[in-house]
This record gives sequence, C-alpha cells and structure tokens, in this order.
Amino acid sequence: MRVERFLTESALCHREKTALVAGVRRLSFGELDTLSDRFARALAREGVQRGDRVVIFLDNCWEAVVAIFGVLKAGGVFVPINPSTKEEKLAFVLNNCRAKALVTQERLFPVATVAREVAASVSLIVVARAKERPPQPGYLRFEDALETESPLSAPDPGIDLDLAMLVYTSGSTGFPKGVMMTHRNVVAAATSVTTYLENTADDIILNVLPISFDYGLYQVLMAAKVGITLVLEKSFAFPQAVLDKMKVERVTGLPLVPTMAAMILQMKDIKGSDFPHLRYITNTAAALPPAHIARLQELFQGAKLFSMYGLTECKRCTYLPPAELTKRPASVGIAIPGTEAYVVTEDGRRAGPGEIGELVIRGAHVMTGYWENPEATERALRPGPFPWEKVLYTGDLFRTDKDGFLYFIGRKDDIIKSRGEKVSPKEVENVLYGLAGVREAVVIGVPDPILGTTIKAIVALAPEWRLSERDIIRYCANHLEDFMVPKFVEFRDELPKTESGKISRRLVGNALEAAE
Amino acid sequence: MKDIEQKIRQFIAENFMFREDRSALSDTESLLEAGLIDSTGVLELVGFIETEFHIAVADADIVPENLDSVRTIVAYVKGKLAAARAAA
Repeated sequence: MRVERFLTESALCHREKTALVAGVRRLSFGELDTLSDRFARALAREGVQRGDRVVIFLDNCWEAVVAIFGVLKAGGVFVPINPSTKEEKLAFVLNNCRAKALVTQERLFPVATVAREVAASVSLIVVARAKERPPQPGYLRFEDALETESPLSAPDPGIDLDLAMLVYTSGSTGFPKGVMMTHRNVVAAATSVTTYLENTADDIILNVLPISFDYGLYQVLMAAKVGITLVLEKSFAFPQAVLDKMKVERVTGLPLVPTMAAMILQMKDIKGSDFPHLRYITNTAAALPPAHIARLQELFQGAKLFSMYGLTECKRCTYLPPAELTKRPASVGIAIPGTEAYVVTEDGRRAGPGEIGELVIRGAHVMTGYWENPEATERALRPGPFPWEKVLYTGDLFRTDKDGFLYFIGRKDDIIKSRGEKVSPKEVENVLYGLAGVREAVVIGVPDPILGTTIKAIVALAPEWRLSERDIIRYCANHLEDFMVPKFVEFRDELPKTESGKISRRLVGNALEAAE
Repeated sequence: MKDIEQKIRQFIAENFMFREDRSALSDTESLLEAGLIDSTGVLELVGFIETEFHIAVADADIVPENLDSVRTIVAYVKGKLAAARAAA
C-alpha cells in the first residue's frame, strides 16, 4: 500500500467528515482529497515526475497537508523542512537531494529565494498566500495550483517500494543526512503506532509539533490513515490558547514532548476536568521526569499516558503500555507491534538483563538508508541475525530489566536533544567558526527545567576581538534553526584539549558538572 | 503612559529583536508570526511584565489577544494597572 491511499480511502469512507482544522480553515476528507489531487496535477503539469524530490518549507498550515499528499499523488518524494531553517541549510538540503520543486509561503519566500538561487535543480517554486507578483517562469501561487480542474491521469503513481519521503536529521559530522523512507516503511510505522494507541475514527488529535519533525508529521499521516480529525496548531507559545482549542474541539489525543509537558504543569489554573474527552497523551523525543509523569496522570485522570522512544531512522522503536507506567516509570517499554528491539553488547552478543549495550531495531519500519550516503548507511544498517537482511543500530545505549522492558541510558555520540529535536554540536560549532573573531568554540547541552536540555556555547575569542554573548547568539540565530541556537554563551581564554591537541567536548562538560 | 510602551518596546528589542537583526517593529505586528517569540519567549515576556509592572498574569491571560503585539501588550498592561488602581 502507498501512503496517499490513506487519504483516498478515508475520503471514500468519511467524505463529509472534518479531516483538518487549521486556524479558521476546516477541510473535510473529501475536500482534502480533491485539493491534493489538484495540487498533484499542477505539479505534474510543471514537470514533477515519479521519484522527484519536492521540499516542503511551510509552517503547520492546511497547505502543508495538501502539499504532502499532492506530492505523493504526483509520484514524488516529499522532503519536510523546519520553517525556521535559514538560507545556507535550506540550500544544502535542496542541493543534497537535488530537489525539483520547493513549496513555501510568503513569510518564508525571502529565505527560499536566496536558497533557490544556488540550487540549480529547483525548477519550480510554489508559494502559499503569496502577494501579487508579475508572472514568471518556474513560479506558481499555491492558490492557482488548486485551480486545476482536470483529474489525475494515473490513479496509481507508483508502487510501495518507491520513496515516500526524505527526512533530514542532524548527523554527528555536522551535516544533516536524509533518511529515506519508502511508502512501505511509512505504512508499517503508521500501522504499528495506531495499533498500540488503539486509534479509531472517533479520535480527534491536536498537533502543535512541527510537521517537519517526524513526530508531528506522523500525526498528519496517522490521522489520514484512520479517518481521524486533526487539529493543527502552529505553536505552543500560548499554551492557554491551545488548551482552549482542545476543549472546544473535544480533543481525544495529545502528542507532547517534555518541554510542552513542563509548560502545562507550570500553569496555575489548569483543570483536568475541562478535558473529559482526552483519551490519551503521548510523550517521546526525551524522557519525562518521573515527577512530571505523576503530575500529568493526576491532572488528566481519564487519559492514558504513553512513554515512547524513537528516532527518525525508523520513526518509533518502543512504547510503554500505560498499565506498566506506575510499576516502571523510567522505562520506554517494549518494541512497537510487529517489530523487534533488543540490546547488543560491544562484542556483538545479545545483552542480558541489566547489561548495557546498543539498541538494535528490526522491522518493516526501518529506513532504507541515508540519501546518497553509503558510509553513514553502512554504519547504521548492519547485518542482523539473519543473512538476508540488515538491522538498524540506533547509536543509543539501553538496558533491559528482568521482564525485558527497555531503559534509555544515553547516546553513543555527542548529539544533544533540545526541545525534543536532535542537535549536532558539530553543526552549531561549524556555524560559530564562521563568525570572525571566534578562535575556538565548543557546544554542549546543559540541563534546563523547561527545555530539558538547552544549548550552551563556550567560546575563546581571537586576540583583540570583542564580541558579546548577544553578538554570538544573533549570528547563530541568523544561520541555524531556532532549536539549535545557543541560549547561553560563556567566554574563556582557552578551551580544554586532549593530549593530541583536539578541543575536548567531554572535558568542557566535565568541568561544568564539577563546578555545579 | 508613554513610559509603559517604551519599557515594553525596549524589552522586546533587547530580548527578541536582536536575534533576527530587526530594527523596526510596528504596533500591530504579530510577534509570533514574525518569528520573534517562541514558547520560551512568551514565558520571558510574562516574567518581565510580572516583575516590571507588579502584575499577576493569570494563565487565561497568556493568549495572543493579550500578548502578541506591542499594542495588545500595552493595552493589557494598562488594563491590569487600571483594574489594580480601582481595587485599591
């Protein structure tokens, strides 16, 4: 099965039912299906062919959902990009995947234009809510793309082994890698997750997570699959406004990351009884502190809380059945349905209970590899227990208890999780070194009560240079996505180095811990 | 009363605008849409209002209608101060 069939089949069963609520716009499954058909037709007319990559650079708006399904219906591969991405990174992604088209919105058009100038492969840019501009080749208003009346010529634009999406994720080298997901991979992941969440067409999910982030993206895909109404919000900056929406729309499912949970628990006047429809809450990206688990359960008494763990390379690895939460609050549970998750020691053995090793994942949800990056693919996908297949080495250290439940211990590399998203310290350091006056820089994660982990840069300036903390933060904000920008900057004369003279992130981190 | 607007503008300029290389901000521009504030930004803004103007900001007040542009923030703060004076 292909992913766009999620929508076409739901449109057959629930034609008039509300599929999407985004701001004041409400779309039924039938409307969403028709609009994405038209968008697909427009893409095809503009030359997008089977297998072509189309970058989706939009915030959480209805146009993004239309674009995702439109690209798939045209046989293309969609590539979601965080709307706070800056010019260089967007250009890197466009060039890395040799994108054919870029779908964006007026607010992001200046960034998109700069990036497109250095991306020769991009022959089409589609702009939502665009202001009036003279017609030009390779430029299309999103609204005009939806005017196309003619039906799609090919009802099936490909097979399920085709790529459905490329999701870029931070790599320890500092350059993002495109995780290749076939339709089959996505369908396997969405089927497994909706199975353990026991989703039905009666559910109403509220999603504020960016749909450029796989946790947010899958809310869109799973809602289409099951016939769920999705309430899409742009931000959690005003939690009260989002919670009011939850109440009005009678939301049954709320996906969270720990930062959002911390913000909810910080609210003084919130009453759980305002949300009688809430059936479940999910958390992933980083572990919730046990105290927050207890308080969330107390607040939302009718809702089940799912602690989960995953990575972009297979979407989701594990979940803790809610019945186990009181007994083992620190566990992220067991493999999701239809998959396997186990711990392997450094010498390649299966670890026993309590023994620490790397988590390995086996299942149809595991990615096909990193886009045009055989070295990184070979490190992540390695021979498994059977000669005919590869399994995913997650790079995360785990242990199990005596009943086989899994516990996250830490990362094997230096990747930081901030606001639930992966940040490569190397990527931030590369940007810092681009700022004149920075002689040495190292980036680490420091604990933060709301963000979980926040980014700190430690910088040594070149002689005679005067830069303030603000100068550095401003420069980073101009070159990095919001969640990657350091919140704190510390200046030192010299950064600690290893015996070989390399700046040591570990030594910097240890010194900070010792100081606290 | 000009004072309130100046203080608020100064706070926004010093804490949010420098990141985006912005020098001007209209009275009605949405801080959220402009990408000037995010979740932590709103918390910082609320903290600033509470300490600077000695106002208790209720959860229900932390909504875009009150806090998403210079004009709405100024109106909100003035309203709260007037209510406090009336109660005193």
